[in-house]
Amino acid sequence: MTADTVTQPFAELGLTRAEYEKIVGTLGRRPTDAELALYSVMWSEHCSYKSSKVHLRQFADKAPASTALLAGIGHNAGVVDIGQGYAVTFKIESHNHPSYVEPHQGAATGVGGIVRDILAMGARPVAVMDALRFGPAAAPDTGRVLPGVVSGISFYGNCLGLPNIGGELDFDPCYAGNPLVNALCVGVMRHGDLQVAAAHGPGNKVILFGSTTGPDGVGGASVLASASFGGSAASGSASGSASGEAAKRPSVQVGDPFLEKLLVECCLELFAGGLVAGLQDLGAAGVACATTELAAAGTGGMRVQLDAVPLRDPSLGPPEILMSESQERMMAVVEPGRVDEFLAVCAKWDVRAAVIGEVTGTGRLVMTWHGETVVDIPPGSAADGPVYHRPLARPAAQDELVADDPLLLPRPSDGPGLRADLLALIGSPGLADKSWVTDQYDRYVRGDTVLAMPEDGGLVRVDEATGLGIALATDGNGRYCRLDPYLGTQLVLAEAYRNVAVTGARPLAVTNCLNFGSPEDPGVMWQFAEAVRGLADGCAALGVPVTGGNVSFYNQTGSAAIHPTPVIGVLGVHADVRRRLSIGFDVPDASLVLLGRTEAEFGGSAWAHVRHGHLGGRPPAPDLAAEQRLAGLLAAAAAAGLLSAAHDLSDGGLAVALAESCLRGGTGCRVRLPGDPFTALFSESAARAVVAVRPGAEAEFVSLRETHGVPGATIGGVGGDDLSVEGWFAIPLAELAAAHAGVLPGLFG
Amino acid sequence: MRRIGVIGFPGSLDDRDAARAVRLAGAEPVALWHADRELRGVDAVILPGGFSYGDYLRCGAIARFAPVMSELVAAARTGLPVLGICNGFQILCEAHLLPGALTRNSGLRFVTRDLRLRVENARTAWTSAYAAGQEIVVPLKSGEGCYAADAGTLADLEARGQVVIRYTGPNPNGSVSDIAGVCNAEGNVVGLMPHPEHAVDPLTGPSADGLGFFTSVLAGVLG
Repeated sequence: MTADTVTQPFAELGLTRAEYEKIVGTLGRRPTDAELALYSVMWSEHCSYKSSKVHLRQFADKAPASTALLAGIGHNAGVVDIGQGYAVTFKIESHNHPSYVEPHQGAATGVGGIVRDILAMGARPVAVMDALRFGPAAAPDTGRVLPGVVSGISFYGNCLGLPNIGGELDFDPCYAGNPLVNALCVGVMRHGDLQVAAAHGPGNKVILFGSTTGPDGVGGASVLASASFGGSAASGSASGSASGEAAKRPSVQVGDPFLEKLLVECCLELFAGGLVAGLQDLGAAGVACATTELAAAGTGGMRVQLDAVPLRDPSLGPPEILMSESQERMMAVVEPGRVDEFLAVCAKWDVRAAVIGEVTGTGRLVMTWHGETVVDIPPGSAADGPVYHRPLARPAAQDELVADDPLLLPRPSDGPGLRADLLALIGSPGLADKSWVTDQYDRYVRGDTVLAMPEDGGLVRVDEATGLGIALATDGNGRYCRLDPYLGTQLVLAEAYRNVAVTGARPLAVTNCLNFGSPEDPGVMWQFAEAVRGLADGCAALGVPVTGGNVSFYNQTGSAAIHPTPVIGVLGVHADVRRRLSIGFDVPDASLVLLGRTEAEFGGSAWAHVRHGHLGGRPPAPDLAAEQRLAGLLAAAAAAGLLSAAHDLSDGGLAVALAESCLRGGTGCRVRLPGDPFTALFSESAARAVVAVRPGAEAEFVSLRETHGVPGATIGGVGGDDLSVEGWFAIPLAELAAAHAGVLPGLFG
Repeated sequence: MRRIGVIGFPGSLDDRDAARAVRLAGAEPVALWHADRELRGVDAVILPGGFSYGDYLRCGAIARFAPVMSELVAAARTGLPVLGICNGFQILCEAHLLPGALTRNSGLRFVTRDLRLRVENARTAWTSAYAAGQEIVVPLKSGEGCYAADAGTLADLEARGQVVIRYTGPNPNGSVSDIAGVCNAEGNVVGLMPHPEHAVDPLTGPSADGLGFFTSVLAGVLG
């Protein structure tokens, strides 16, 4: 133990003096080294949500009435009832900082971590998605980070046997030193299978199972994910860009997907046998987090023998064991009479398991190390953490940004000009064909994938007999949110909602990964507060509750923060996946109907970004009531079998949507545009979709559309080998495909 | 009803898909466990895709020594129909039930792609439902699917018609002579890298072309 006269290294562990003094006050004495380590990780921004909590409350306070929610915020992941006795749990989480320092392992363990979150709820993980954002596509460091991230996701997800059904890939200079790697996992269970993350029942045993504990990831939550990168990391070359961060590399965990696969099957067999009384996955802050959270949520006391933790490095002491973020570990609470059965199941799956403690009624979390007490704390004091009301202020430059109206930008006015802009958009890295990435992921495993990339949303069959399924989409748009974080976040929510709806599914619930700069910057904090308010209000208006999520702060290099980038995941239920809608135009003579209203809205648009490198003005105006009507129409039309395709309109507007649908289905289209062709092609007005109505179903669709109160106009039909805009231009599909498909292979080999 | 075993190794992933394909073909799938020394009297066996033992050491190199394999090798030598898909193909090569080896894709990346394949030999236990020369669309998804064999072995394979399946388009992984699947001299043991069990229903795959592998074994050898 440290002598009283020596200052303890709280600052090096990421704690402020005030936080340190609060620990001393709580304990009535100086903390031990192990206690200091435990508090430092538990009170890190990453684990405690200390800067975001006061805002996140709105998700519960403003939550719409929903009968679908079986477990909400505060659990490892939210749980949603999808009918027929099935429940679904889903969540998205960031692994941004580790993926910059060590792209392959950083991204791989991001997948592993979110899969364990879903497993901990009692569900079988059934699919993953990834939302990825990088610096400029041609930047040398993107050539280091992107291939590493993709190979990490491919390595881990494929080996784990989870289909990767969608996600995003985008590029912007603001992510150059702070790539965003957000991983989503969804799992399915029967209603009765829900597991609790609490240690109840004095005398019950605490079992740590899975991988051994090593020195990897020590301080991952506190040192890596809860601080900004230094300015030196901002400018760099492919070889040495992360050299300034080399010291942080040991904070990145190393993944073993094979062990995780065994852990998944082992857990599911343990659940089926009723052998688990409480369960927690080990993620950020490892044993420290699992023990304190289980104890705090349960009877309240726990005794742990830290020397019983199986180690892969025998030199580790209590602080390192508590802080280690070694992967592929779980902690279970087991009745004493079931311990032998529990260990037998673990042995069948070659999963190592060790009884490391037991639940007590003392209200204290006590840990010993070879007989000596090294931790003795009230677990709630570590689990709850501090709460900050950080100062926030609308940045002074915001007015100037909004005043910089994109309507003043030069725009094409003739056929060749419009044609060139369309080709430039679909050939820009953010809108180009993503096969270079998605071909590295297994989308087929488990045999239930009905829709996957490049569809708007992923769709997974849950029940082979009834056709019940779930649809998922993730969306983010840093440009919209930079211009107006409140409206931008609602636009992002609306897009994910719409992407679920165009598959024919009914949106049910929302998860979010809130990627922002430093909360210590009042401007960033304002962006965060506005985004959360926008999301909470948007979810209330759409009638879809937030079931959980994750906050990633400190995505900034020096004083330069990323665009505020909330990534929103929406889950929907599909009554019959056999009635799903694809984006592909593949039924000749289907008539094309543009749904929704188009205004001249170019603020934050892909056109302004790609053609002018411009970001300014106001983002498009969200209309959430119109989104609800559109979703209702799409679900009804899909169920009635009236449509052969449906595609959401978002980045790049109608022009990009038509191009993607032609390429996906291998068939051209011919359209006549009402009014100004530039606005019709490139505006990003929200609440719109283009649908292909089956020949013969036109009248029925018009009547259904009017019933749902959705404006629409027939703009042409499917057929031919060109994307043809009457009176302006035509592009052969082969030329379209060449512009779209060659971009990423040209950049990344 | 005919019973077809699907072996589960630690790290097997496409076992439930193989079982579904067996069911759709009209047989009963039977789960076999790597640690058991018995085949439970099944009429044929499938080694499914996945990453048995995490692909550690070398794909299929550890699974080859699983207790169930000694029974399987003996049964295969006396005519039991055996199909190895992807990792299962790798295991069959490691177990010397099939010639050649699978190595890292020439592009060094995992490849998931729907591919047009040609059935070169429609006389094996697992391809009799097809016509020789028939083209089928089936997904490939693997990181180590580059088929390799020495020149003498290759010449023998071609001469004896042991090349069962070939890639028809651009070669996705560098396999020699565009080989996607091979069989033993007797034609009861077949291995291929593409996944016919993921092409049994157009709802969840690119086609239903793969179902023929599973109906072949029922109609042919077992019928």
